[in-house]
Amino acid sequence: MMGLAKVFGILLVLVILAALLTWVERRLLGLWQDRYGPNRVGPAGLLQVVADMIKILFKEDWVPPFSDRLGFILAPAIVMASLLVAFAAIPITPDIDIWPMNGIGLLFILAMISLSVYSTVLGGWASNNKYSLVGALRAVAQMLSYEVFLGLSLLGVVLQAQSFDLRQIVAAQAGLWFVVPQFLGFVVFMTAGIAAIHRLPFDLPEAESELTAGFHTEYSSMKFGIFFIGEYVGIVLVSAMLATLFFGGWLGPVLPPLLWFLTKTGAFIAFFILLRAALPRPRYDQLMAFGWKLLLPLALLNLMVTAAILLAT
Amino acid sequence: MASVTIDGRSYDVEAGDNLLHACLSLGFDLPYFCWHPAMGSVGACRQCAVKVFRSPEDHKGRLVMACMTPATDGLHLSLDDPEARAFRASVIEWLMTNHPHDCPVCPEGGECHLQDMTVMTGHVHRRYRFRKRTFRNQYLGPFIAQEMNRCIACYRCVRFYRDYAGGQDFDVFASHRYVFFGRSADGVLENEFSGNLAEVCPTGVFTDKPLGREYARKWDMAGSPSICVHCGLGCNVTVNARAGRLRRLLNRYHHEINGYFLCDRGRFGYGFADQPERFRQPLRRGQPASRAETLEHLKDVLAKAKIIGIGSPRASLEANFALRQLVGPDRFHLGLAADQHRLVSLIIDVLQKGPAPAATLAEAEAADAVLVLGEDLPNTAPRLALALRQASRQKGFAIADRLEIPRWLDISVRDAVQEERSPIYIATADATRLDDVASGVYRLADGEVARLGFAVAQAVDGDGPRVPDASPDLAALAQVIALALCEAKRPLVVSGTGSASQAVVEAAANVAWALCHRGREARLSMVVPECDSLGLGLMGGGSLADAFQAVEAGAADTLIVLENDLYRRAERTAVEHCLDQLRHLVVLDHTPHRTAARAEVLLPAASFAEGDGTLVNNEGRAQRFFSVRPPPADIQESWRWLRDLAALRGDPSVTAWQRLDDVTAACAAALPVLAGITEAAPGADFRVDGAKIPRQPPRYSGRTAMHADQTIREPKPADDPDTPLSYSMEGSAVALPPSAIPYFWAPAWNSVQAVNKFQQEVGGLLRGGPPGVRLIHPGHPGRRSYLPEIPRPFTPRRGRWWIQPLHALFGSEELSRHSPPIAERLATPSLALPPTDAARLGLAEGALVELRLGSETLRLPVSLHPALAAGTGGLTAGLPETLGLPLPAWAEVRAVSETPP
Amino acid sequence: MYSLLRTIWLIFLHLFHRRVTVEYPERKAYLAPRWRGRIILSRDPDGEERCVACYLCAVACPVDCIFLQKGELVGGRWYPQQFRINFSRCIFCGYCEEACPTYAIQLTPDFEMSEYDRHNLVYEKEDLLISGVGKYPGYSFYRVAGLAIPGKDKGQAENEEPPFDPKRLLP
Repeated sequence: MMGLAKVFGILLVLVILAALLTWVERRLLGLWQDRYGPNRVGPAGLLQVVADMIKILFKEDWVPPFSDRLGFILAPAIVMASLLVAFAAIPITPDIDIWPMNGIGLLFILAMISLSVYSTVLGGWASNNKYSLVGALRAVAQMLSYEVFLGLSLLGVVLQAQSFDLRQIVAAQAGLWFVVPQFLGFVVFMTAGIAAIHRLPFDLPEAESELTAGFHTEYSSMKFGIFFIGEYVGIVLVSAMLATLFFGGWLGPVLPPLLWFLTKTGAFIAFFILLRAALPRPRYDQLMAFGWKLLLPLALLNLMVTAAILLAT
Repeated sequence: MASVTIDGRSYDVEAGDNLLHACLSLGFDLPYFCWHPAMGSVGACRQCAVKVFRSPEDHKGRLVMACMTPATDGLHLSLDDPEARAFRASVIEWLMTNHPHDCPVCPEGGECHLQDMTVMTGHVHRRYRFRKRTFRNQYLGPFIAQEMNRCIACYRCVRFYRDYAGGQDFDVFASHRYVFFGRSADGVLENEFSGNLAEVCPTGVFTDKPLGREYARKWDMAGSPSICVHCGLGCNVTVNARAGRLRRLLNRYHHEINGYFLCDRGRFGYGFADQPERFRQPLRRGQPASRAETLEHLKDVLAKAKIIGIGSPRASLEANFALRQLVGPDRFHLGLAADQHRLVSLIIDVLQKGPAPAATLAEAEAADAVLVLGEDLPNTAPRLALALRQASRQKGFAIADRLEIPRWLDISVRDAVQEERSPIYIATADATRLDDVASGVYRLADGEVARLGFAVAQAVDGDGPRVPDASPDLAALAQVIALALCEAKRPLVVSGTGSASQAVVEAAANVAWALCHRGREARLSMVVPECDSLGLGLMGGGSLADAFQAVEAGAADTLIVLENDLYRRAERTAVEHCLDQLRHLVVLDHTPHRTAARAEVLLPAASFAEGDGTLVNNEGRAQRFFSVRPPPADIQESWRWLRDLAALRGDPSVTAWQRLDDVTAACAAALPVLAGITEAAPGADFRVDGAKIPRQPPRYSGRTAMHADQTIREPKPADDPDTPLSYSMEGSAVALPPSAIPYFWAPAWNSVQAVNKFQQEVGGLLRGGPPGVRLIHPGHPGRRSYLPEIPRPFTPRRGRWWIQPLHALFGSEELSRHSPPIAERLATPSLALPPTDAARLGLAEGALVELRLGSETLRLPVSLHPALAAGTGGLTAGLPETLGLPLPAWAEVRAVSETPP
Repeated sequence: MYSLLRTIWLIFLHLFHRRVTVEYPERKAYLAPRWRGRIILSRDPDGEERCVACYLCAVACPVDCIFLQKGELVGGRWYPQQFRINFSRCIFCGYCEEACPTYAIQLTPDFEMSEYDRHNLVYEKEDLLISGVGKYPGYSFYRVAGLAIPGKDKGQAENEEPPFDPKRLLP
């Protein structure tokens, strides 16, 4: 009973948070661009979320007649489901988590993130539209490339903590957050994480200026809404992982663990939005070269140095 | 051919052409004002300066006027030379010193040759700080507006009006920078070609007055290629419309017919299509009725009725054919008056089977001897009269050729020629406005005209029938004329239906054939009264008398009349007798008339402005006219109404017609003599670069606001299933077929002179050849036996006068009467009598007489016509008072007191 | 790499900058006289309509939203019988003002013309014509142009000689 409550509680908070993030992002972007952002609907524009929700719900839910119907409907469900399920393995506080996965939570999360790319591919393919297809192709290539060191960059953390269990990883940071010994790993993971959830500046699969909206060009109404919310769930997930893996999760003085966790996660979310405000989108070949020629060697180097030091001590 | 080098590149041009002509033909943009392809060069404006070099090594060169310099082999010239450019720019600057600052309020703006040339030379800034000369304007009648301040003194107007068209009441006054072009006093311009001043004037001095009243700029008017419907010559015209209203009519260049000029009846007669009285919805016994209930009623009528149909010489071939199909060929009657029917059939026979081919107007212009028999050309076929006026210069051209003066060097040719003219002999009932260029004019009764013709034929070819009781005078005169015709290389004989005399037409045919038999390249020009007279004749059908007889005998009780006023075609009593016996009268027409007023059912038909169709002109050329606006609401083309009637009767072959091409094809298939009409113009499936031809110019404005008061959503442009043209600005307007050019425009050439860019050479054929297709193939070789019916000599009778039909340019023609500007100049009815005969009756000018002619009695004022032969008189035909009179005929004339009883 | 980090830092510093947004309905922004807003037709200094219905605004309009018909007053003065602008199509490019040879058509600093019904965005002449001279106080086209109108005969425009009598014998 308690477990079920936790499941629904986390689910509810996550979805609401993701929806709120649409407002947060616009306000923050406004802040960094010397303007206001949505400030008219409700106090500080907070009800903008509700207004957008109402609008998006009442849009025509259109399935293009030329599309592959099944794939088209399935795609948004996959992204939402896979990213939400990944949260099951994240220990929010010592008391709040859903299922520790018998010590392999990290692998489960990585697997779920990898699964989410099927949604992009399926959506792009099923739309039967050249922009969507190109978007999907980009998503696949991007995912294939960045998944490699998404995992590799974490192996340093795993080596140091001697475990794939996220609770133990957090516990292992009681003395020193892994961000210090694993700084290289942190940078690589953050970059790869952004790429994995297609956040700016790595949003090439949707690149509205060149591919209109990439893989979700044909989507409207709540199907589009799910893609949209899914992206924010992704941001929360990667931020939560960064907090957990490199910044000691719930650990921290004075304040209660939940607050520490939320603060750290929130800081990363804000940082991601700052990235969007600051950085232009790279060219596609630049993205690939950056991954294979810089991040992969760095991740390998980090792994080898960590391993060597561990072996030596 | 001569090879000239222009700005370093070598071109082949016609040797002896002037350089301006050559450069424009090659496609160069060389500015000019006073030169006109039809009027030659005078070198008045100094605008077309180019530099000519002695040799390739000569870099200094000298400035010459291109229009005054013949092209010679090996000539080097430069248009681009800085000095030539500067010269041309300063000429414009001088011309503009007096030009008023009023382009925005000038009707010429946007299609102004002066604007084009100013832009072309690059003059943009006024440096002249002194005052501009001004003039007061004159009232010049309902056709032409004058704004003299804009004049640049190119002399084109006076050269056209006096030298080309023979007008007397227009000239140039005063001197140097104060030259004034106009009349000696305010008044209506008398010449029947005055409307051309609007096109000839390179700027806004003379503009189209009816256009000014409902003004739109050239770029705002949709255009469509059309054919003039006001006489039988088939002049090509461009109709302009905007927002559903006709705005003006322009000349549409046709090398073999109208060239650059139109008559005023053709140019200003379009107003009938927009007059308030026009039929716009079905009428039942004069009361508006809906389309559905009208057709429902007609269904009942047609189911029981014995129908016959009467066609019309002013309706398209397609409309006539649709009627013929609806009622059946044996129940189809041509709507021609009895004498006209005979004459048109005779003319077709003469043209089809005789050795003399029909003359195009271009050939008439090139004729070097002309005999006109019984036709008052300036009133019945004005454009032909203008052509003959040019023909009178042929002898002068021969003199110029001998003196090696180029024909285009206008002033020099006229100086060399003085008053020498080609022989033109005119034998008619009354004086004509062409008499001033004639070598001999003869005022005779129609029978005597015919006898003169027969005598000439006999004098040309001794085998011809001999004229009985010929007076020595007649024989001597015939000898003179015969000699002149035989000496000519390209003699022309002109006659037609104007005198309503079969003998006159036969005599004309005999003269032409006699000349052919003598080995001359004689041409025959036969004038017919209406735009499709010849086409209707070619189609063939019963006469009007047959139709009346069928009704009388009870073989028919329902009559369908297509765009025709029977009161024009037969005597009033006969028409009324026939109409009284009918059970149903169905009339299709656009313009009100007496027959339509008696119709049980009236169906509103499209005029030339909303309909499409094929017309056959007097030389047997089939030409297509295209609508300029979609038919509003209840109006539709006659053939569509007739198709709908056929559908009511369940006639499958007619019901299947969906568009004009179907009717044209069916007509061509059914009547071998009309087989060529499908080629008259491209069909509805024709595309340029995959798109239709746009009627609207690319800068047609107001598209999203024009209908905004009715609907804020812009309505889709109307579809046009019948033609290759679209009612929008979308499509391709390059390399157009010559018969489907909606407007003449080329980059940098916004004025009517843009036609230069559509011609193979300036003043030559349009690219793609002459529009239309000739159905009567010219010239059958071999002899044709002469027509032998020679009338008795004319002898005056006591107390009676031989009343002949006279024609008025404004008034005799049915449709143009309804056009507002022409309505201001309508002829008034009067009885023309020779002064001596009038004196014998004690009648002065304007005195009232009673005229008893057949069953009719008319009261008319007398007008004295000194030219009329004794014992003859004349009545202007086609006026409401004289409609349907069987002229010519003997009539009793009696003076009546002024006060009515 | 350094430039990226610097960019991020500089953008982050905007957290502490003033916002430039003007909160519009509460505060109105200053609009320059040459602002391209609602179109009007002006009158000349004598109080007569400036528009002479030359059609140049209509032809310059890239969205073809101007429709007019020329009329003529007794005496020869041109004026627009009808003048319609469909503001639901207008893009406020100002080409009509550029094209106008008489300063009649002018764009004004007013943009608050929203409507719930597109029909109400169709302005007829009575909606467009104002009773002032607008931005250009002194100009009167007919004082310069050669066309005679009531109150200004031939020869009375700027830089004109009195009308010449063609029948005069003196040169």
